[in-house]
Amino acid sequence: MPEINTHIDESMLDGITRLVTEDAIEGKTMLLNMGPQHPSTHGVLRLLLELDGEFVVNVIPDIGFLHTGVEKHMEYKTFEKAVVMTDRLDYLNNIGNNLVYCLAVEKLVDLDVPPRAQAIRVILTELQRISSHLVWLGTHALDLAAMSVFLYCFREREMILDIMEMCSGQRMMTSYFRPGGLWRDVPIEFEDAVRQFLRIFPARIDEYEALLTKNPLFLERTQHVGVLKAEDAIRWGVTGPSLRASGVAHDLRKVRPYSGYEQYDFDIPTHTDGDTYARYLVRMEEMRQSLRIVQQALDKLPYGPTRSNNRKFVPPPRSELGHSMEAVIHHFKLFTEGFPAPKGAVYVAVESPRGELGVYLEGDGGPKPYRIHWRTPSFANLQVLKLLAKGHLVADLVALIGTIDIVLGDIDR
Amino acid sequence: MGVEQKLGNMGIVTAKLEDVVNWARTKAMWPMLFGLACCAIEMMAAQAANYDMSRFGMELMRASPRQSDLMIVAGRVSRKMAPVLRRLYDQMPDPKWVIAMGDCSSCGGVFNNYAIVPGVDEVVPVDVYVAGCPPRPEGLIHGILTLHEKVRNQKLRDWA
Repeated sequence: MPEINTHIDESMLDGITRLVTEDAIEGKTMLLNMGPQHPSTHGVLRLLLELDGEFVVNVIPDIGFLHTGVEKHMEYKTFEKAVVMTDRLDYLNNIGNNLVYCLAVEKLVDLDVPPRAQAIRVILTELQRISSHLVWLGTHALDLAAMSVFLYCFREREMILDIMEMCSGQRMMTSYFRPGGLWRDVPIEFEDAVRQFLRIFPARIDEYEALLTKNPLFLERTQHVGVLKAEDAIRWGVTGPSLRASGVAHDLRKVRPYSGYEQYDFDIPTHTDGDTYARYLVRMEEMRQSLRIVQQALDKLPYGPTRSNNRKFVPPPRSELGHSMEAVIHHFKLFTEGFPAPKGAVYVAVESPRGELGVYLEGDGGPKPYRIHWRTPSFANLQVLKLLAKGHLVADLVALIGTIDIVLGDIDR
Repeated sequence: MGVEQKLGNMGIVTAKLEDVVNWARTKAMWPMLFGLACCAIEMMAAQAANYDMSRFGMELMRASPRQSDLMIVAGRVSRKMAPVLRRLYDQMPDPKWVIAMGDCSSCGGVFNNYAIVPGVDEVVPVDVYVAGCPPRPEGLIHGILTLHEKVRNQKLRDWA
């Protein structure tokens, strides 16, 4: 066991002298450390602020406080076992991470997914999107001192978590999607629970909007704060609601549909202002659109298997093991060795609640990924914070960290 | 309906100092507002309306370590975070307690690799471990009640 250094070396700070302006070194501007333990940094983000009085001159994010080594760790696991690592990347979008990883594996080994599994994937991904936006809304409002919104948002989030738990047995780290489909079919109560949620939730969105949308204090804190122009957003690689709030109608669900998103009728909410308020409006509307998708997917949910029948990649059902020698062999092979993937590389991207979530997966003929890289939306979106915060007050920085909706697990991986 | 109505005009209550101090400590234990990863979301859920940790006198999360008694290590501790975590622990005034929430902070969890400290007890002393990845809010509340029980049984001479 290597000795863990619990002493902070002051010389570590030398590295930042290159990053700040001459004024800071001469003492004309002030350097202030924000985080890693700070209630509004949404995790363990450290920001080095260069301030001119109350105004922000420069923001230097210091990331890596949650570096988990997920990409390296996945190389030591077989394709099926690596699913559990994906949940823990972006911990507000567990299902979405499962989805993009499974899509990548399926593309690499050329595996089919039954239509019922695809429809359930869409339903759960969209519910997860709502739950992620609820956490965003709750914490964003909490940062702007609207405590009650947080309590309301978590009340509805529990309903979604109950649905997740019903399907997978876990509230957050579901690992429910597997290469080739789902772990198992949804239980019989699933449809009623989702329909119950669909009935209740539209009124609840109105409730949040009643609390915030025309609230003068909220408007004061969000309108014209952190304006992001469309060309800047594209140049910095911003995706997701932050990009759409700047007027670019780019959504991977429409541009490059996956899992049968092309069958569903939904709109991409956009806004032209590009400020914090516009991003708020876009996300609120996105929740409504997600409900539309869930409704459509649930109405025409097909019957049938929820996992591919390809025994080379998918373990046989338990019932076959008693009477089929072949099934026992497949089962044994899959759980001792795993399935091999051909040589080659794939890139798959999906629209996560935060933007383009991509997986680059390379196989080398063995049963484990040779290399896996995650293109995470929070990482790209965080870079734009510097641009947004310039010239704003320190208090606005709290609103800006909330509005770009970062998850540190997603950034540091 | 406080103790004064029950006791009437007696004016004097006798109790062991130990019991009174420990009772006071469990009834207003302020956790530090400090979330690391996934478990922090469940910690927030435990604070929110459905689980409502304030039933146990735990609702006041303090953002400053200097005002808090309890550190809930909610999430995985990376090697970059470990010195910061230790510094935060050192800044907390005595008496102080630590709950390792979740598998990662208890033992490293699924992350048996170069980046994650295999259990936060390598860095700070831990009083209660809560298992789960992440634990349900009920699990965290159970951990907190276990800690309260531990505090109630503490002897004053242990602190001296």
